[in-house]
Amino acid sequence: MSGSASAGRRLSAALFRRPRLRLGGLLVLPMGWLVFVYLAALFALLATSFFLVDEFTNAVQAGFTLANFHDVLTNSAYYGLTLRTVGIAFTVTVLCTVIGLPMAFFMAKVVPARWRNLLVALVVTPLWASYLVKVYAWQAMVQPESGVLDWLLKPFGLNGPGYGIVAVILTLTYLWLPYMILPIYAGLQRLPDSLVEASGDLGARPSRTIRSIVLPLIYPSVIAGSVFTFSLSLGDYITVQIVGGKTQMLGNVVYQNYTANLPFAAAIAVIPVVIMVVYLMLVRRTGALENL
Amino acid sequence: MARSRLVKVATAGALVALLATACGTSSSGGSAQPGSTKAQPPKLDALKTLGAGEGAINILAWAGYAENGSTDKTVDWVTPFEKATGCTTKVQVANTSDEMFEKMGTGNFDVVSASGDSSLRLIYAGKVAPVNTDLLTNYADVPSFQKMQQWNSVNSVAYGMPHGWGAQLMAYRTDKVVPAPDSWAPVWDPNSAYKSKITMYDSSVDGIGAAAVYLMATRPDLGIKNAYALDQKQFDAAIALLQAQKPAVGSYWSAYADAQKALESGTTVIGSTWQIIVNLAKGDKAPVASVLPKEGATGWADTWMVDAKTPHPNCSYLWMNWVTTPAVQAQIAEWFGEAPANVKACALTVDKGHCDTFHANDEAYFKKIAFWSTPQSDCLDGRTDVKCLPYSEWSKAWSSLRS
Amino acid sequence: MMLSRKARWLFGVAMAFGLTFIYVPLAVVVINSFNASKVFAWPPKEFTTHWWTEVFGNDGVREAVLTSIEVGVIATTFALVLGTLLAFALSRYSFFGRQSLSLLVVLPIALPGIVTALAFRTAFRTILGVELSIWTVAISHGTFCMVVVYNNVIARLRRMGSTPEEASMDLGADTFTTFRLITFPLLRGALLAGALLAFGLSFDEIVVTLFTAPPGVTTLPIWIFQNLSRPNQAPVVNVVAAILVVASIIPIYLSQRLAGDSPGGGRL
Repeated sequence: MSGSASAGRRLSAALFRRPRLRLGGLLVLPMGWLVFVYLAALFALLATSFFLVDEFTNAVQAGFTLANFHDVLTNSAYYGLTLRTVGIAFTVTVLCTVIGLPMAFFMAKVVPARWRNLLVALVVTPLWASYLVKVYAWQAMVQPESGVLDWLLKPFGLNGPGYGIVAVILTLTYLWLPYMILPIYAGLQRLPDSLVEASGDLGARPSRTIRSIVLPLIYPSVIAGSVFTFSLSLGDYITVQIVGGKTQMLGNVVYQNYTANLPFAAAIAVIPVVIMVVYLMLVRRTGALENL
Repeated sequence: MARSRLVKVATAGALVALLATACGTSSSGGSAQPGSTKAQPPKLDALKTLGAGEGAINILAWAGYAENGSTDKTVDWVTPFEKATGCTTKVQVANTSDEMFEKMGTGNFDVVSASGDSSLRLIYAGKVAPVNTDLLTNYADVPSFQKMQQWNSVNSVAYGMPHGWGAQLMAYRTDKVVPAPDSWAPVWDPNSAYKSKITMYDSSVDGIGAAAVYLMATRPDLGIKNAYALDQKQFDAAIALLQAQKPAVGSYWSAYADAQKALESGTTVIGSTWQIIVNLAKGDKAPVASVLPKEGATGWADTWMVDAKTPHPNCSYLWMNWVTTPAVQAQIAEWFGEAPANVKACALTVDKGHCDTFHANDEAYFKKIAFWSTPQSDCLDGRTDVKCLPYSEWSKAWSSLRS
Repeated sequence: MMLSRKARWLFGVAMAFGLTFIYVPLAVVVINSFNASKVFAWPPKEFTTHWWTEVFGNDGVREAVLTSIEVGVIATTFALVLGTLLAFALSRYSFFGRQSLSLLVVLPIALPGIVTALAFRTAFRTILGVELSIWTVAISHGTFCMVVVYNNVIARLRRMGSTPEEASMDLGADTFTTFRLITFPLLRGALLAGALLAFGLSFDEIVVTLFTAPPGVTTLPIWIFQNLSRPNQAPVVNVVAAILVVASIIPIYLSQRLAGDSPGGGRL
């Protein structure tokens, strides 16, 4: 070949010799965006919790004060709020697992292969029916006296849950259920049938096989699903406004205060952020983050 | 290894962010030094002359103030405005004063119907400009007790065109609450007969203000003179009243349609409301009525204000002039259920007794209503021996109460 | 797997219960879209097809759907480019901070929506000093959709290994030709699956959108948000939701077939 190698080839050769340059080229856009814009903005928001607010204009003023954190930490109402929010998120995660795990198992291991895509499609379809519409559908379900659940339960002399924490938990479970089913289903699909058969050959009954082979292997998938059900529930403030009656979660307080008192809202926002970051770091070890 | 890298990244990010925030979020316009007393709003100019309309206008309004036929086909005063002035109108409904405060000041909206708990903040933050009252054709027809008030003017400079006013009423189901109530007591009583079916408006200013109004009548020993000028002791009493009430409250509403739905379905049977909610519920044949209880009430006196960065100043003034003409004021007053600012509308209302029902000309009545204001640490009632709690504290206390 | 009949039956019941749980509220939505009364009460007393005919003349809905599609396309493109770049970097190289970066890419979607929304708002208005526009919405969406593409692509890259690329380069192709002829075709499935999921996430997003959209930009979720609480408009929203569900069955089925060839069959 003469020296008229195309620019593309020359560039490609140069890049080949310089792995660091290649790496830098790959990383500059995503890392630049994630670190210098998103992460910086996140820190800026959380840093605001140390600032002051002007009482006339509600504008944030640079300064330094621990008053916001003091207000949050010394107010027992916010402990209750945090516990309630975490409790709801945890319950939702457990419910999603309890309902979703058997469903995923059925879809992955019990039905013949030709039905699988259809079942998955059935499970995933509601994701397209707009979050808000689904929440309002649940409002129609739990509405006291004129709702669907009350209508169904009246012949048995029971009442529906009405608005409140139970309704919030039911609705959130409903909303995030597909996000739990899909990772578990994918995890079960990856589980080689040979392992399961070997276990059977070695004399284990199906329940033992499930307990000792299947569950430990899909554990990362369950955790992956839980990352979503937990984090989505932790920060939600719209569902609780619609079906929660007068219940409040952490997100509501942030939402109510971010206009008039952004530093205080930021101080509250630190709580779920810390919880999620800790959760993610714990979860990372289980390898769940790759199964998302 | 990875951890030390994470620490380095975190530190770098934090430094970048702190720098950015320090440079970026410095308050603009006239803010006071923290702790000082008098602040000045930034110097902005009002429109000098009224020219031709720019062809478009974006309105941010309370529900029911700028109807364009989408709520009810027969209720529309925006389309005639568009035809008369050529200003194509987009209306966005805001549910709370905080929402209004947040959205103004960028030029995205041209006019806002601000209540007293956002108007002063808007003025001091430089988000709205003063108005040139010479260009407001109906300004002279507004009684003086609504003009140049604490919530729509600063240093004798007018910042808006009064729109209308009304009290926060008590709504009740006529079939569930018998006999017809005349006092706020069933709403504040922790052992109320309507436990868990009481509704309150989800606003710190209105909620704490309403508690203060009730305390003015029931606990004169506290010495509350102005519902929005509360020193620590009075504030604590109001919060205590709200805390005691909380278990009996069924819901705190912020979107008017939710309050309407709740009343219609019977989820709530008594509570704080706007007349328009009762009107709409009645329109759906629900047995709902309203009353202004004897202890008095909080209320709102709304002012149309012009965004400091409005790209459509002429259309803005044209709108303010249109919406305060007697004919349109009569329509709005009856649709929403309030007293019109332009009292010439009284002759044009379908219900000839409308203005009497709403005391449109009654200055003494007007003065009895605790209109939403922005609480400040310099007490609004003029006391200098104590510090009152400012709005940011009200907001925090309300959040704490609701949590 | 050898399961007893009883066990199979039990799982079947669990599946049936789950599917009922999933579809009853959706059925309520569909039935409500025929409800003649504006005041909600169950069961509906009168039925009408009025709302169904009205939805087609509704300009607001049409504009909202188009805006949502526009935002979705921009967001998906952003997520595809950045997610793929990141996947290549993290799967083919090892460097300090690799672990942290893989954690960082999950943050936008794992942190509470309102925190991410406020962070973006601060980022655009205060740090970067730009006005809110349809681009700020789309880029915010793209940021949390990045992880969807990233996970799909990196899983595919790991399964693929670097052998095909190395073989191609041994045979004389340069980096760009290799990418065009070898890598990209192998990645296509993962990219498409990731793109579909990213688009779906963006299409239904409400919280971040509320904070990063200027008043003129109305995506479908915002339109729904503005209209669902208004009694006169709520039934039309039910119709829109019903249409969305039905219309989405085909792309979902397709995406399932595609995802079948990459292990990222999960949400991400």
